[in-house]
Amino acid sequence: MNIHEYQAKQILAKYGVATPRGKIAFTPAEAEEVAKEFLHNSEGPGVCVVKAQIHAGGRGKAGGVKLAKSREDVLKFSTDLLGKTLVTHQTGPAGRVVKKVYIEEGCQIAKELYLGLVVDRSSHKVALMASTEGGVEIEEVAAKTPEKILKEFIDPAVGLIPFQARKIAFKLGLDKNVVGKAVKFMSGLYNAFVASDCSMAEINPLVITKGGDILALDAKMSFDDNSLFRHKDIEAMRDLDEEDPKEIEASRYNLNYVSLDGSIGCMVNGAGLAMATMDIIKLYGGAPANFLDVGGGANKEQVTAAFKILMSDPNVKAVLVNIFGGIMRCDIIADGIIAAAKDVGIKVPLVVRLQGTNVEQGRKMLAESKLNIITAEKMNEAAEKVVAATKK
Amino acid sequence: MSILVNKRTKVICQGITGEQGTFHTRQMVAYGTKMVGGVTPGKGGTTVDNIPVFDTVEEAAQKTGADASVIYVPAAFAADAVMEAVDARIKLVICITEGIPVLDMVKVKKFMEGKDSRLIGPNCPGVITPRECKIGIMPGHIHKAGSIGVVSRSGTLTYEAVDQLTGLGLGQSTCVGIGGDPVNGTNFIDVLELFNEDPDTQAIVMIGEIGGSAEEDAADFIKRNVRKPVVGYIAGVTAPKGKRMGHAGAIISGGKGTADEKIEAMTAAGIKVTRSTADIGKTMVEALKKV
Repeated sequence: MNIHEYQAKQILAKYGVATPRGKIAFTPAEAEEVAKEFLHNSEGPGVCVVKAQIHAGGRGKAGGVKLAKSREDVLKFSTDLLGKTLVTHQTGPAGRVVKKVYIEEGCQIAKELYLGLVVDRSSHKVALMASTEGGVEIEEVAAKTPEKILKEFIDPAVGLIPFQARKIAFKLGLDKNVVGKAVKFMSGLYNAFVASDCSMAEINPLVITKGGDILALDAKMSFDDNSLFRHKDIEAMRDLDEEDPKEIEASRYNLNYVSLDGSIGCMVNGAGLAMATMDIIKLYGGAPANFLDVGGGANKEQVTAAFKILMSDPNVKAVLVNIFGGIMRCDIIADGIIAAAKDVGIKVPLVVRLQGTNVEQGRKMLAESKLNIITAEKMNEAAEKVVAATKK
Repeated sequence: MSILVNKRTKVICQGITGEQGTFHTRQMVAYGTKMVGGVTPGKGGTTVDNIPVFDTVEEAAQKTGADASVIYVPAAFAADAVMEAVDARIKLVICITEGIPVLDMVKVKKFMEGKDSRLIGPNCPGVITPRECKIGIMPGHIHKAGSIGVVSRSGTLTYEAVDQLTGLGLGQSTCVGIGGDPVNGTNFIDVLELFNEDPDTQAIVMIGEIGGSAEEDAADFIKRNVRKPVVGYIAGVTAPKGKRMGHAGAIISGGKGTADEKIEAMTAAGIKVTRSTADIGKTMVEALKKV
């Protein structure tokens, strides 16, 4: 699960991670109001930043982050941004509609850095990564000049040890007066990561100000969906506006669904087989409309719900159901298909391939249902038939 | 011969009194697996189909002499269950449970350092040596005893491959599902090493997925050590990169982990990689002809 920048900064602040002051606004009037205190502080006139809040990186380059020097600027920028569709390199071509803006106090930047935490599959540990090369080109830096990415692997029993953070700070070339602040910053970030079961936490850029402070100018946090049961506070930060309605509906039934842009709806059990099904559709010249894993032990209600979600996609020209029954019995799948077909109707060609536990019973039920179903025994046969059906 | 499990393997089930635990214990018994006990805290002294239930794994291990434990405990408690089994010196711990928080598994891996147990999974179908011992949730009837070793990150995709092999008359020595989670117990190389040394495993099927670099590492191992024919398949060639946030995931993988990179590394290692799931069995038949 992802959250917005302003939410990530709220969490980080609790763990002693330094962030600029900021407030969230849902309307231009609200934005103008909250900007007041940042524009006129004790040191005289200041600046503030108007930042579009969407679940994607690359907002700056896409025009989603603006520097404002006056209340008029804030009003204008927030009016422009709110309701606008922002397309960045991480949103996909459809982009995201901006529903709120974060108004943040400006700062005098001396240096921009990169800091990230992620669970590393190879070492089975949380890895702390830092680089003097901040910005969106960081992936290219990692691929071409991996030595420019500093890494420390954190022992889960001990946590981030101050010397590890110091090593990173000195290698980043930080002034010795900033190193102490940087260690506190990194420790806070690690503590927030572990305490909230993050899968990713990233500060890009991390800035050193001209006054020698260290601040999280941006913050991204993603959480392990499997851990949300023990983080109700984080689950409450979920923003349904940022998610595909079909994906929300699927998650309500514990179905693993991802929208794609092809024309063949897929319903499969198991993530690996679901990916393999998409791949074989492509091999036969078709394109999958989605990834849908109904899981190992789906029931009739889940199968029916899955079917409705597939049918609600106007791009779907044919559907392929591919089930290899292990725990999941083929008769349950057949039952779900029949129920869904009666309920929502099958408006497009439906190819069903069943294998595994109770397969004979499942096939018999489908045959006796008199529904217009094209059956297949093998995966290649199923892919061929469903692709042919879309071309009729 | 086989790897990891055989007809002498004595198995206990953690979570035996739960719906999944009871159901699959019955399935395993029906297949011929020697189920010698179960564990559910607070239900010690009861039985499930005459199989004794204990409060702790330690007690179950002492009283039954179990070699292996299979875990069907809910995700929130599964890491605890794995560590309990490891602490009780169960040699083979197979965790079926899916949805365990990743940071729980990070702790489990740390806990297991220097200990003798091997963990398979989590989020896996388990291990089966056809006609001898089935530990997990796979449909037993699709398997056939023979000499092909199967190792896979995906559950249902393993069934697909096994079904094709069996259909072509190629039996399996042992099939191991190592699970699809980012942090897991046993990796491809561990299993490949066992298959390589097993005299009754003649050839190997390896099924991977996008993400991580386990397949690339395995390909490197095969290139250097394995002379038995290996057939490979990678799921996720068409999987979109996904709507992601940030760069940390891409940085740590250093650009590795796509299906194409894996297929390239595997092909370069001499593995016969098929791009169609439907051709895994056929590719093995061809690979065996060349031996």
